[in-house]
Amino acid sequence: MHMLKRDKKDEEDGSSNPYANLEKSAVLQEARTFNETPINPRRCCHTLTKILYIINAEHEGEHLGTTEATETFFAMTKLFQSNDPTLRRMVYLTIKEMANIAEDVIIVTSSLTKDMTGKEDLFRAAAIRALCKITDSTMLQSIERYMKQAIVDKVHAVSSAALVSSLQLMKTSHDVVKRWVNEATEAVSSDNMMVQYHALGLLYHIRKNDRLAVSKLVSKYTRQSLKSPYAVCLLIRIACKLLEEDGAGHDSPMFDFIESCLRHKSEMVIYEAAHAIVNMHNTTARELAPAVSVLQLFLSSPKPTLRFAATKTLNKVSMTHPAAVTACNLDLENLITDVNRSIATLAITTLLKTGSESSVDRLMKQISSFMSEISDEFKVVVVQAIKSLCMKYPRKHPVMMNFLSSMLRDEGGFDYKKSIVDTIISILEENSEAKEAGLAHLCEFIEDCEHTSLAVRILHLLGREGPRVAQPSKYIRFIYNRVILENAAVRAAAVSSLAKFGANCEDLLPSVLVLLERSLLDSDDEVRDRATLYLSVLKQHQKVLNSAYILNALNVSIVGLERALHHYTTEPSDVAFDIKSVPLETQPITEQKTPGDAMQSKTADKIALSRQDIYSEQLSAIPEFDSLGPLFKSSSMPVELTESELEYSVHCIKHTFSNHIVFQFDCTNTLNDQLLENVTIHMDPSDGFEVVNYVPAQCLKYNTPSTTYTCVKVPDDPLSVTSTLSNTMKFLVKDCDPNTGEPDHDGYEDEYVLEDIEVTVCDHIQRVMKPNFGASWEEIGDDNQIEETFALSAKSLAEAVKNIISFLGMQPCERSDKVAEGRSSHTLYLAGVYRGGHDVLVRSRLALMEGAVTMQITVRSTQLSASEVIASAVG
Amino acid sequence: MDAPLHEPSLYAVKAIAILDNDGERLLSKYYDDTFPSSKEQRVFEKNLFNKTHRANAEIIMLEGVTCVYRSNVDLFFYVMGGSHENELILVSVLNCLYDSISQMLRKNVEKRMLLDHLDAVMLAVDEIIDGGIILEADPNAVVSRIALRMDDVPLTEQTVAQHITNKLQVLQSAKEQIKWSLLK
Repeated sequence: MHMLKRDKKDEEDGSSNPYANLEKSAVLQEARTFNETPINPRRCCHTLTKILYIINAEHEGEHLGTTEATETFFAMTKLFQSNDPTLRRMVYLTIKEMANIAEDVIIVTSSLTKDMTGKEDLFRAAAIRALCKITDSTMLQSIERYMKQAIVDKVHAVSSAALVSSLQLMKTSHDVVKRWVNEATEAVSSDNMMVQYHALGLLYHIRKNDRLAVSKLVSKYTRQSLKSPYAVCLLIRIACKLLEEDGAGHDSPMFDFIESCLRHKSEMVIYEAAHAIVNMHNTTARELAPAVSVLQLFLSSPKPTLRFAATKTLNKVSMTHPAAVTACNLDLENLITDVNRSIATLAITTLLKTGSESSVDRLMKQISSFMSEISDEFKVVVVQAIKSLCMKYPRKHPVMMNFLSSMLRDEGGFDYKKSIVDTIISILEENSEAKEAGLAHLCEFIEDCEHTSLAVRILHLLGREGPRVAQPSKYIRFIYNRVILENAAVRAAAVSSLAKFGANCEDLLPSVLVLLERSLLDSDDEVRDRATLYLSVLKQHQKVLNSAYILNALNVSIVGLERALHHYTTEPSDVAFDIKSVPLETQPITEQKTPGDAMQSKTADKIALSRQDIYSEQLSAIPEFDSLGPLFKSSSMPVELTESELEYSVHCIKHTFSNHIVFQFDCTNTLNDQLLENVTIHMDPSDGFEVVNYVPAQCLKYNTPSTTYTCVKVPDDPLSVTSTLSNTMKFLVKDCDPNTGEPDHDGYEDEYVLEDIEVTVCDHIQRVMKPNFGASWEEIGDDNQIEETFALSAKSLAEAVKNIISFLGMQPCERSDKVAEGRSSHTLYLAGVYRGGHDVLVRSRLALMEGAVTMQITVRSTQLSASEVIASAVG
Repeated sequence: MDAPLHEPSLYAVKAIAILDNDGERLLSKYYDDTFPSSKEQRVFEKNLFNKTHRANAEIIMLEGVTCVYRSNVDLFFYVMGGSHENELILVSVLNCLYDSISQMLRKNVEKRMLLDHLDAVMLAVDEIIDGGIILEADPNAVVSRIALRMDDVPLTEQTVAQHITNKLQVLQSAKEQIKWSLLK
């Protein structure tokens, strides 16, 4: 009865899979029928199909082992006796599938060679492909003659099979295949589409390391028009690669060829050409225009793929040339209701980049209706579009914030959630009006957040921004919930965050102390330690301590700290560890990010060694500089001391130590008939600077950069810190043979005058970020305060701010480097560390009156001379 | 533009898959190591099926892979390529796969027929893609190279009906022609 029922169900289903429950052992049993005579082709075919199905399905436990595969393989060789075409083809297929599983598959070589050269066209092509799959480079030589013949065979299938197999063989037997260039060239002129495509592909792969040959190849085939659209697509890609590598202008014949392909009769080629033009570097709007207009035509195509391809490419254009896409806005509008959600998403995100402020609400409404249906990749694209939109139209933030918070509540992977959190954070940092709403959404998010790193990040942000809103107390509950409910990393972050509230808000302090006390018995060491530290600091009720230990973190380079601590532990000394000996963390100077392509960005985030850490390593390897102490600062950009395209090129980087400056000169010799030896840069110091020593570059060969150092002592007078130093390069020249590089024995002394180097105030200051400027300001106090008033030459507040920052080389804090538009006054907060490890803070009040900027600058520092230097520097 | 320059190559197809209407794999071939283990492949197929079985939208981007697809009755055909691959080339492969199978199965593109002729379907896939390179994109060429025994595919009721309608149409047009020639 039970059986009956099941049968009935199977029948109803009508489509149960007879292969689904195959047992490997049973199928291998069945393979015995291969030995029967006469061979039953149909039954054997069926058995082979089952074997292939098992290999393809790769279920757990049903995996075909090497011994089993080899046995079956040998049994299968009997089937060459039958001439049934389908059976023979299945045998070939099985050989290919088993080539990597079974052993000794080469025993079928002779059978395959026979089929490959035989009369039956149906067998030849497939036999070639099977043979090439199992052959190696030594055996290949024995069939080389047949392969060459097959490539130019008049049967297209045979020719294609031989060409494609040759291409696959390139990986292992490059040298043999290389010899088939003539045959491949002949095959390119075939009138079959695929043969032409494969032949061109093979030719390119053989020659791709020879740039000249490739460029000849392209110019030859761009002139004689190829028939196969596939081949033309390939040619476009090759031409594009050449164009990019040469950096050739877009007036070259290759660019003309690509552009002419926009008028090809095949859509495939038209799209390939448009895609190629869009993806080229430095295309101008005028060059883009024809590509954009063919893509625009595709937008209204009935084929979804064509619409998808066009929208995707236009989306890419809109990242760099939004103006070029505006012409398509009308067509894109029609696509936002497309049944294919990918197309709709791409259309909307493109419109968000090109559209006007008024259309934002409508687009956002549309997109939220189907967010749940699209894949995470696209959601990230949408989030990024929203981010850039918020930067463009800050007034639209309520719509965006609501949208982002609803997305935050939806299901989604880590990358998706991270991009939303990133966006919200950047919006609330940029736009103070959005701050409270943003923080509220984030608070709600961490209530139910499975990603530790995001929760930690948000808690940190809450600690920094939360105490400054009108009602900080509302965040305490959210943070304390984390202390109760979460894992150790989140608890620790929450404790730190609580402490910041306590340090910032007097009225919350008693409650915070109570909450922190509860963490004193936490099961995790880190959480307990933090709670203990913060409690004892907070109980002192001293602003200075709060600022130093709670509100502002250490500004040291993590790598540097690790190294210094390691050094300290391996060489015990009686002196306490001095945190000032650790190099400072370098602040990234430019924060401009290029819009990344979310669909393919899988970059790994690593803590890379900063540039300064690398320099520090290099300098510490030079014995002359041992006594200078730790490196304080390296100048960011190398300064060019020669004009480009002269005999020698020299770049200078300044490294500041506590009492010295080391100038690093990277020299390059551009003369191929000269060898320079013992290269030094002589400096002519003034203003009390003294040269201490030179570290020469022993040898400067043609086109091989080498480095020489000059160490200069800074004057003892703390107020004289700036100077202009003139430089001369001195060296011994030896003429040499340009071809061999063999130098003459005798040389002569020579010198070469370089441009001057300036030492400015900013060389003595390292940028440092103070997350809570106000607290640090109080911490330093007004002992060494200097206040001055100046009239600046800048025309606008923004310009003045920019000049002050670059002149002093200090880090702007509290986002005070951004000047709100239309304001007539602005306060800039700068923080830095002066040479010798003295904190310096600058508050500069700027006012714009009648087109001129007046500045009142207040400098506070832990050392009076540092304050004086900085106050006088601006003047 | 930050797109890395892609090495021109013939390796256009990352994978081909045929799934049934439960998302179970009937046949799939992976030509590169985007999804190296069979476990990852199955997870990807499951994910792909979930995203595609409801909306018949022809193309989707998933996990950095461009995927074009087509379905009929209880079968789903997929062709996967890189995110920078020309989508139209992928579609040409998909159409060739579908049309060749449709020709071989005499337009009965459904799971049972496909499984009954799985050997021919395997051969067709092998004729269309060789290790990621498009070998042939013309369904007629593919079918002729497989050299299917014509008696292999039985005439089902549906095909018989089709034949009859075809015959009737021929008859009808012949009648019309005679009529016109008489009227002249």
